[in-house]
Amino acid sequence: MWIRIWALVIKEFLMLLRDKKSRFVIIGPPIIQFLVFGYGATFDLNHIPYAIYNEDPGFASRELVARFQGAPSFQQVAIIDSNRAISPLINQQKALLVLHIDPLFTRNLLRHQPGKVQVIIDGRNSNTATLALSYVNNILFSFNKYWTEAYHWERPPAQLDIRAWFNPNLLSRWFIVPGIVALLMLVVTLLVTGLSVAREREQGTFDQLLVTPMSPTEILLGKAIPGLIIGGLEGILIALVAVFWFQVPFMGSIVALSLGMFLFLLAAIGIGLMISSLAVTQQQGLLGVFMFIIPSIILSGFATPIANMPPLIQKLTYLNPLRYFLIIVRGVFLEGDAINNLWTQYVPLAIIALFSMTAAAWLFRNRV
Amino acid sequence: MNIQRLRGLIRKEFIQIIHDPSAIGIAFVMPVFLLFLFGYGVSLDARNVPVAIVVDQPTAETSAFIAGLQQSSYFVPKPYSDIAVAERAVMEREVDGILWLRNEFSRQLLQKNTAPASVLVNGVNANNAQILEGYIQGVWQNWLQHYAQDLGVPLAVPAVNQNRIWFNPALRSRDYLVPGLIAIIMTLIGALLTALIVAREWERGTMEALMVSPVTIGEILLGKLIPYFLLGMGGMLFSVLLAVSLFNVPLVGNFWILLLLSALFLLTALGMGLLISSITRNQFVASQVAVIVTFLPAFILSGFIFDIQSMPTVIQMITHIIPARYFVSILQTLFLAGNIWSTLLWNSLALLLMATFFLSMTRLNSRKRLD
Repeated sequence: MWIRIWALVIKEFLMLLRDKKSRFVIIGPPIIQFLVFGYGATFDLNHIPYAIYNEDPGFASRELVARFQGAPSFQQVAIIDSNRAISPLINQQKALLVLHIDPLFTRNLLRHQPGKVQVIIDGRNSNTATLALSYVNNILFSFNKYWTEAYHWERPPAQLDIRAWFNPNLLSRWFIVPGIVALLMLVVTLLVTGLSVAREREQGTFDQLLVTPMSPTEILLGKAIPGLIIGGLEGILIALVAVFWFQVPFMGSIVALSLGMFLFLLAAIGIGLMISSLAVTQQQGLLGVFMFIIPSIILSGFATPIANMPPLIQKLTYLNPLRYFLIIVRGVFLEGDAINNLWTQYVPLAIIALFSMTAAAWLFRNRV
Repeated sequence: MNIQRLRGLIRKEFIQIIHDPSAIGIAFVMPVFLLFLFGYGVSLDARNVPVAIVVDQPTAETSAFIAGLQQSSYFVPKPYSDIAVAERAVMEREVDGILWLRNEFSRQLLQKNTAPASVLVNGVNANNAQILEGYIQGVWQNWLQHYAQDLGVPLAVPAVNQNRIWFNPALRSRDYLVPGLIAIIMTLIGALLTALIVAREWERGTMEALMVSPVTIGEILLGKLIPYFLLGMGGMLFSVLLAVSLFNVPLVGNFWILLLLSALFLLTALGMGLLISSITRNQFVASQVAVIVTFLPAFILSGFIFDIQSMPTVIQMITHIIPARYFVSILQTLFLAGNIWSTLLWNSLALLLMATFFLSMTRLNSRKRLD
């Protein structure tokens, strides 16, 4: 039995790797994409373009402006002197925000009265706007703290001290890069397996395979093993790049990650083969793969938290293998999880894998 | 160019589309499906964040603060008896953060010293953690102000900030995600519709049959382009309709300009698909390339969700070769900000350039010859 499976595995690999173009599309792009996306996919704002509209000639406003100019995340693009200059800057996205300082700012501060600062911000990208406003507030906090102490203002009655666990500097790259590892593994595995049966059906060779002495289980294994090997090798490679190139901390256990990868690949392969055996042509196979990949990326918590979704959609995410694997990858990388913390993720993955593999094997025979 | 022959080709393509309805699926079912999914599933607005509350010594002051948290729709405060239990809850992802008012808090407050309060947030999802910190700060400042007022000494804050948020005052993330989403859907429709069709003709050998017929290569390409352009525009109109009627995204700009620029973008996307298809001549490779160069870059590098200005310079340069980048900018501007000519013009010019490039490359690549 193993000899027959082995022969099928070799044949599958030959199909995939014989052609130079198809060899390249399996190996090259995932690595390039990982590097590009690893840098590109970030919520951290590091050059917020802003303009200063300072109507106050006093030294207090200069002190405040200097804090913005010295902040590494802010990049001054213009100094303006009228209200009319604001809208062209923001409309054309030359500046994300304009800092408008009241003419009486210094005078009020010296009288121990609040000085007014207005921030006009482009809300088109609401997430960027929210984050930029919190950066602005941080600068204002530190200015206020300094001013309160230097000029002997009444101290606030209480003080809040905020700290973040697992990711003390709140780098979104630490969150996104492990996510991309999972994402690319899913895409590669599904593309390798998703078209494999559809291609044979379109070319008529699948019927020939069915009349050979091979059982559906053997065909299933022969089709699944190449996906497991390619997906696994790419997963390991990409994870290594995440640690050594992107310097994402790896706090947890390698065994826990490997077990997660194995179960996740099985689930992805099962789904890929299921789609593939339902499809009659490669176009349908591709469409099927897409119809699965896109929702599973959106509803996985990769970029936007599952907790923000409506309750009904949150329930739907329990069907999504990527959801569980993302928790495993991030848990192992950042939170230092080991196998015993992650059973609640492994078990659903194993169930999805078992179900989809069985369904694929059944479909081989019963779908004509 | 012979109109008769072209009509024949277009008819043949439509018959093929009806024969294998996956193309209609791509053009109409996919946009609806994706818009529903994204529209409801994608949100960056944190609401009802579970936060653990640990109060070592409850007093009137601490309960006033916690009441403030409870009133806010951003939080679901969960009381915990002591900090060790709350820390375990963070580890097990039951709560996203802890607010800890220690023993000293009430004592120091009474003695009019600066009382310390601690907040711990789970920083794994950095973006969410930032937003959460901002929310907590807001509630905190509010409480401070009320507390100081009650004592009769209004809180003296040196610099006071007033925000004015343009274009999307409520900062609803859906309002900017849905227009960007249309760009992603269109990229997918355009490229997927055409990526396989020329490759399929090569693979099945029907391309050779077309070549020995009197039709010119230009006619073949137009015969492919026109039917899928019509399908794609149908899908586009449908998406805009859904965005406005179902998701209540305001369309501030002009509808006809939106339509015109969408047609331009669709040509770019179809051109990209045709080019992939004519270079690879193999459905498997074509589909791989289509996925790699369309969906993922459009999702991550177009400014749809991740801000382009935050990317490193090299990556920002790479985003310039991604057509979706220009269309995302056009859509976000037209939907939320209105007809801002300089932005629209610049982006349309880039799209025009790319459409011309893809279509003429396809034309060059599809000479009548057999390799």
